[in-house]
Amino acid sequence: MVAQNVGFAVIALVMVIAALRVVTTNNVVHAALWLVVVLSGAAALYVLLAAEFLAVTQVLVYVGAVMVLFLFGTMLTRARIGAEKDLNNRRAWIGIPVSLAVFVTMTIALLGSFGDEELPADAKLVDVQQISDQIFGPYLLPFWALSFVLLAAVIGAIVLARKE
Amino acid sequence: MLVNQFLVLGAVLFCIGVYGVIARKNAVLVLMSIELILNSVNINLLAFALRNGSADGHTFALYVIAVAAAEVGVGLGLVLLVYRNRRSIALDELSELRG
Repeated sequence: MVAQNVGFAVIALVMVIAALRVVTTNNVVHAALWLVVVLSGAAALYVLLAAEFLAVTQVLVYVGAVMVLFLFGTMLTRARIGAEKDLNNRRAWIGIPVSLAVFVTMTIALLGSFGDEELPADAKLVDVQQISDQIFGPYLLPFWALSFVLLAAVIGAIVLARKE
Repeated sequence: MLVNQFLVLGAVLFCIGVYGVIARKNAVLVLMSIELILNSVNINLLAFALRNGSADGHTFALYVIAVAAAEVGVGLGLVLLVYRNRRSIALDELSELRG
């Protein structure tokens, strides 16, 4: 239990610092690389939460595919790669009170609802078979909808990015 | 491990993402902040799945990952189109639709 808590603390600290760098750094490529740290930390947390399949999917889809998309987007929309001054809005400070207010509200609600409730210590790993039973059983209709969303996204991205 | 460890961490990441969406002007960075938000939601879903001992949360988290991938694909396609037409992806300059 202690080892798990120490692991959680380290991962959480790294994730929060990296997330803050994502929203404060003034270099788009650096932001993308800090985002890799956050997404990998999330995958580590999934392992801690007994979700091995989701951890692997996170690494494959996010760290593998989405980050490549982001780096391509950065490359294709900017002439140079380096530090820039003009990445924030003029009144960016408005975001600080808004996000702090959201955070305080959510934290009060969470602490009030769950207090110091423990996660079950003897949880079994959720294996791929269970997840596939869910997907192709009760959640089949959302799965179909998701297939259409992905198809529409693929076609839409091609249509948008194609030269006339 | 407490349930709240994961839920509060999710809240922290969510709020950092909200700050990024509000404060950033570059469209690619706004999309990155949205990824932060979606990830915090996934952490919460999996924490609740472990708490309730069911696989429902895993299914939802998987769907969220798929939708996020689709969203990034279309979003970056839009950003590319805006860049091609205007030579800039600063979101505060996109005011043609203002009434």
